Amino acid sequence: MNPDITRERENATFDVEKLTHILDGGIEKTKRRREIESLVISDPDFQSEDLNFLSRSERYDAAVKKSAQMILKLREYGISDPEEIYCYKSVFRGHHHEALVLHFIMFLPTLYTNCNKEQFKKWVPLAESLKALGTYAQTEMGHGTHLRGLETTATYDPATQEFVMNSPTITSIKWWPGGLGKTSNHAIVLAQLHTQGKCHGLQAFIVPLRSMNTHIPLPGVVVGDIGPKFGFDEVDNGYLKLENVRIPRDHMLMKYAKVEADGTYVKPPSAKLTYGTMVFIRSMIVGEAGHALAKSCTIAIRYSSVRHQSEIRPGEPEPQIMDYQTQQYKLFPLLATAYAYKFVGQYMNQVYHRITGDISQGDFSELPELHALSAGLKAFTTWTASAGIEVCRMACGGHGYSRCSALPDIYVNFVPTCTYEGENTVMMLQTARFLIKSYRQASAGHQLSGIVSYLNESERRLQPQSVSSRPTVVNVNDLASLVDVYKLRAARLVKLAAKSIQQELQKRVSQEDAWNNSAIDLVRASDAHCHYVVVKLFAAKLGEMGDTGIHSVLSTLALLYALQGIQQHSGDFLQTGLLSVPQLSQVSQRLKELLAQLRPNAVALVDAFDYRDEMLNSVLGRYDGNVYEHMFEWARRSPLNKTEVHESYHKYLKPLQAKL
Amino acid sequence: MFLLSQATSSFARENSIYFAMNPDITRERENATFNVEKLTHILDGGIEKTKRRREIESLVISDPDFQSEDLNFLSRSERYDAAVKKSAQMILKLREHGISDPEEIYCYKSVFRGHHHEALGLHFVMFLPTLYTQCNKEQFKKWVPLAESLKALGTYAQTEMGHGTHLRGLETTATYDPATQEFVLNSPTITSIKWWPGGLGKTSNHAIVLAQLHTQGKCHGLHAFIVPLRSMNTHIPLPGVVVGDIGPKFGFDEVDNGYLKLENVRIPRDYMLMKYAKVEADGTYVKPPSAKLTYGTMVFIRSMIVREAGRALAKSCTIAIRYSSVRHQSEIRPGEPEPQIMDYQTQQYKLFPLLATAYAYTFVGQYMNQVYHRITGDINQGDFSELPELHALSAGLKAFTTWTASEGIEVCRMACGGHGYSRCSALPDIYVNFVPTCTYEGENTVMMLQTARFLIKSYRQASAGHQLSGIVSYLNESEGRLQPQSVSTRPTVVNINDLASLVETYKLRAAKLVELAAKSIQLELQKRVSQEDAWNNSAIDLVRASDAHCHYVVVKLFAAKLGEIGDTGIHSVLSTLALLYALQGIQQHSGDFLQTGLLSVPQLSQVSQRLKELLAQLRPNAVALVDAFDYCDEMLNSVLGRYDGNVYEHMFEWARRSPLNKTEVHESYHKYLKPLQAKL
Repeated sequence: MNPDITRERENATFDVEKLTHILDGGIEKTKRRREIESLVISDPDFQSEDLNFLSRSERYDAAVKKSAQMILKLREYGISDPEEIYCYKSVFRGHHHEALVLHFIMFLPTLYTNCNKEQFKKWVPLAESLKALGTYAQTEMGHGTHLRGLETTATYDPATQEFVMNSPTITSIKWWPGGLGKTSNHAIVLAQLHTQGKCHGLQAFIVPLRSMNTHIPLPGVVVGDIGPKFGFDEVDNGYLKLENVRIPRDHMLMKYAKVEADGTYVKPPSAKLTYGTMVFIRSMIVGEAGHALAKSCTIAIRYSSVRHQSEIRPGEPEPQIMDYQTQQYKLFPLLATAYAYKFVGQYMNQVYHRITGDISQGDFSELPELHALSAGLKAFTTWTASAGIEVCRMACGGHGYSRCSALPDIYVNFVPTCTYEGENTVMMLQTARFLIKSYRQASAGHQLSGIVSYLNESERRLQPQSVSSRPTVVNVNDLASLVDVYKLRAARLVKLAAKSIQQELQKRVSQEDAWNNSAIDLVRASDAHCHYVVVKLFAAKLGEMGDTGIHSVLSTLALLYALQGIQQHSGDFLQTGLLSVPQLSQVSQRLKELLAQLRPNAVALVDAFDYRDEMLNSVLGRYDGNVYEHMFEWARRSPLNKTEVHESYHKYLKPLQAKL
Repeated sequence: MFLLSQATSSFARENSIYFAMNPDITRERENATFNVEKLTHILDGGIEKTKRRREIESLVISDPDFQSEDLNFLSRSERYDAAVKKSAQMILKLREHGISDPEEIYCYKSVFRGHHHEALGLHFVMFLPTLYTQCNKEQFKKWVPLAESLKALGTYAQTEMGHGTHLRGLETTATYDPATQEFVLNSPTITSIKWWPGGLGKTSNHAIVLAQLHTQGKCHGLHAFIVPLRSMNTHIPLPGVVVGDIGPKFGFDEVDNGYLKLENVRIPRDYMLMKYAKVEADGTYVKPPSAKLTYGTMVFIRSMIVREAGRALAKSCTIAIRYSSVRHQSEIRPGEPEPQIMDYQTQQYKLFPLLATAYAYTFVGQYMNQVYHRITGDINQGDFSELPELHALSAGLKAFTTWTASEGIEVCRMACGGHGYSRCSALPDIYVNFVPTCTYEGENTVMMLQTARFLIKSYRQASAGHQLSGIVSYLNESEGRLQPQSVSTRPTVVNINDLASLVETYKLRAAKLVELAAKSIQLELQKRVSQEDAWNNSAIDLVRASDAHCHYVVVKLFAAKLGEIGDTGIHSVLSTLALLYALQGIQQHSGDFLQTGLLSVPQLSQVSQRLKELLAQLRPNAVALVDAFDYCDEMLNSVLGRYDGNVYEHMFEWARRSPLNKTEVHESYHKYLKPLQAKL
């Protein structure tokens, strides 16, 4: 063990193991998680060369192999609880992705929920036995976020009782679905339904893509891989062009909407049902933001404890780079953010399950709020986490740029969350729509409940006051007081956005133009709202902590999170008169103290995330701190080192030398 | 059948050239209010320079030897292979075309490389220049011809596994043995292994190695040695030389960044570069006359990086803004056709400030280049007086511009939605190949603190009554004008529509933040900590002060550039950009401006309002402003950034060439999926 990192662990002031239990949700859960992790880690079938050493085709090949093995192993071990499967897959995947992921998270669930009885009987066994390898084909080249704009058509032909599927334009080619390019032989295709001369909007159809015997694409199906990407090298995101592909009438998923034999369209009973999945996936992404940031902090903080560089005091040995205030200022607020997002992720998961219970009993009342919250938080957390991963990477200096640090992989595999499952700016504006609507209701005298209830107070407490006459009540050392300040900031920025719309309307522009012309303010309001929610949830989590040591260190983290947010957005707090200039100086001073206070616990706080070396797959983030030896060993395995002299020497350099 | 499909695809390829221009982007160009060509001349530095640049670009683009498959479709080994091939061809072509002016070579290479890197990059930018400047006469005669004829393929091996930024900590040793008149080179620890130098892994047969010189029992610090690595005949590593590639990275796939472990490697005494310091035959060490000489190269490279920041951002903006003009999505007004995404205020707010930044950095890069050349002249005449200021400025601006540009590239990429994530957008390549500028050639935070050191020193001089000159002269005023005043009594003089007034505001912000940092150090010292600890405990404030200083310099240089522009149309649009740049910076750092009392709350609301107006005002000129950067499609290599705006057809065509599409059924189906199905 590297003595530097051992010393760090000895200096910790709290019980790391207990904090791990809290993060897992109980000692039993920690135990079970570790059992499952060991299953994967000790399994010789899952030992493989670092994917970074392979070509893309080899990586895809390796991913398919692992996915196939995993399916058999899960059955063998009898792991069937979704949480446990998730855990198993997290280890198995590392920072990478599964070849068959869409089959399990979209194809099968859609069959479960959208098949009628007969369809269920036919398709579910085919899909569960992987005879039908499926994906979910929604986005097209020309449309992602705006679903109504999708152009693929399914036209009913009553003569043959078939749907004729077409990609009528270049922009209508399905683009991006995972597993579509090479893996799947079926897809659930979202298409505009045309019957009896009318368009009835988007419906889902099961479209066979490849022969179930030979895997060769069927007539009229033009399918393939969309080419290399920033990350996700293992996944064959695909394109699909449909040219008069005919499918039987009962290949339309008919649990809700129906087309009868003669072509009569029967409407679904309610449109709200599709909400649920989106909310679930966005909640999951918030949790993933916490994971990605926690892994990145683990790597950067452990490395910062064993890396020595330069000097603080002349003549003394080179200090650990974690002793530099600037390094602490980069990493510790991100560590606090990782904890915050983990707790927010837990909360979202609980709320989702509670509300899902309500929904199955026909109670949709809480859905709009959760929908708005999950949209905004998805955007808020993924933006911050993505930027944070890069800060962690660069905090490792040059070595962070090597694939052996794992940070490039974490980044490229996480960052698409900013643009998929709802582009982030669009998400922020969805939340803003809910906030403005709530604000208007409150202004009209309605009493709001739930998370936006603070908007009730807007008229009473938020009268503009001059800076000098405002009573200074904020206590920068009291988390409850800071939660309140964040709340007031959100309330004022929502009000500011609403006023901006009002001003635009006075210029006689339409509602829609007024909205677009206030979009910057609206995003800002959503951001403040989400920030408030995160600070509030972090503070609430502290109430659940019994252990004094843990309570103390997490309180420091929470305070750091709240104060750093204030410093970063100091303009907002000064502008809205919530903080005075002298208070802001106090905040800066207090922040520095908190950094110094956290310093001895930094390594222990990342240890508590409990990512095994096999999961981190990072030379810099090793638990034992022996980074240099392993960096050298890793490098020697680089494919370019297979031969002492690369062939290009004989092909180009030697001939060149002869010519000069 | 085979012939038919070949004919079809070549037909498609030829046809693609004749696709009509996308009408959306044509309309954008028609709406521009200024002469694009004239702006290009300004960016190039004159009409003649534009002409020559285009000639050189055409040489590369029309050269059939340089046509190659998209590197993204190749494995790493194939990419390295392709890069070596291209580098070798290029050397011959440059001779053939008689291109020898450094600026012209730079231009030729910019096209030729695209967003990628040259296999022999370090040979030309470090190995050869070091030989030119640090060889004594005899060494020059021996080594320069070997290097120029590429018999000696060289690189520059400085950083080690354990040390990058802190050069004094390097551990490689060169111990003089007077018995054989040789140096014995060693890597005594694991951390002393040379790590990262480009071209070290597989390409080079020589390296200039920085090592601690030991002679007559004393260590004399870092010196440069020429170390043969591989046989000049067989290219096989020499005895005691453990050399190889450091493995895959975030980017730079084409480059064999390498490691080097030296195990008692003996080199003759005259392999130490001896123009300045010397070791005599008996081992006597002779000191160099001045240490300042090495400053120059660092300053030059950092100035170049500022220019690269402008280029990387300009390319990214070109791609994102053109794509935003042809991409339609969602709705603003119900019932109307889907708008161009550039019509969304949020999209404008993401892209237009970055466009302004790209212009700002381009101008700053030009300025740095001019100053560098002027000061180099002074230095040659023995005048080092301006070097410390330039050194401090280049360090801070390197950090300031590379951080902003790196983030900006990612904003551009994400502004393209999901398609930005495809390698066909080129934005991932631009990012991974630019972002290491934040950590190499001086890690950015360290750079900011170097600038801060200069600022604090200047501040203390001014406080002690010395009159400062140059860019920090504003610190002279600090005691007089910068008294803390209550918000209410402060006279409000800022005119947010007047660039000169905003430059002044940025200046005062910098002055106040330097003062704040100096005070923080003072406060720490009062706690009886050492100078060094006080410095470290104030580092956050010091970085903030440097940042404000650099921001002021950029705004000031942008404003100064406007004074040189005669054409009214161009002057008008660039003024709008400069105002946008200045106001957006104020909005982003509004806390600073409010805290220091330079702006009032009502003024800040005015800034927000004005910013929105400026976005709307720039909207019709956005495409023309990126056109003026004049990156041809072959240089951008981006499907989304195509000049003709026909993105979708070409995205499909590009995807079909993906290596995974070489077979209809991937082998993994037969190997794993079919057997799996049989088991379930």
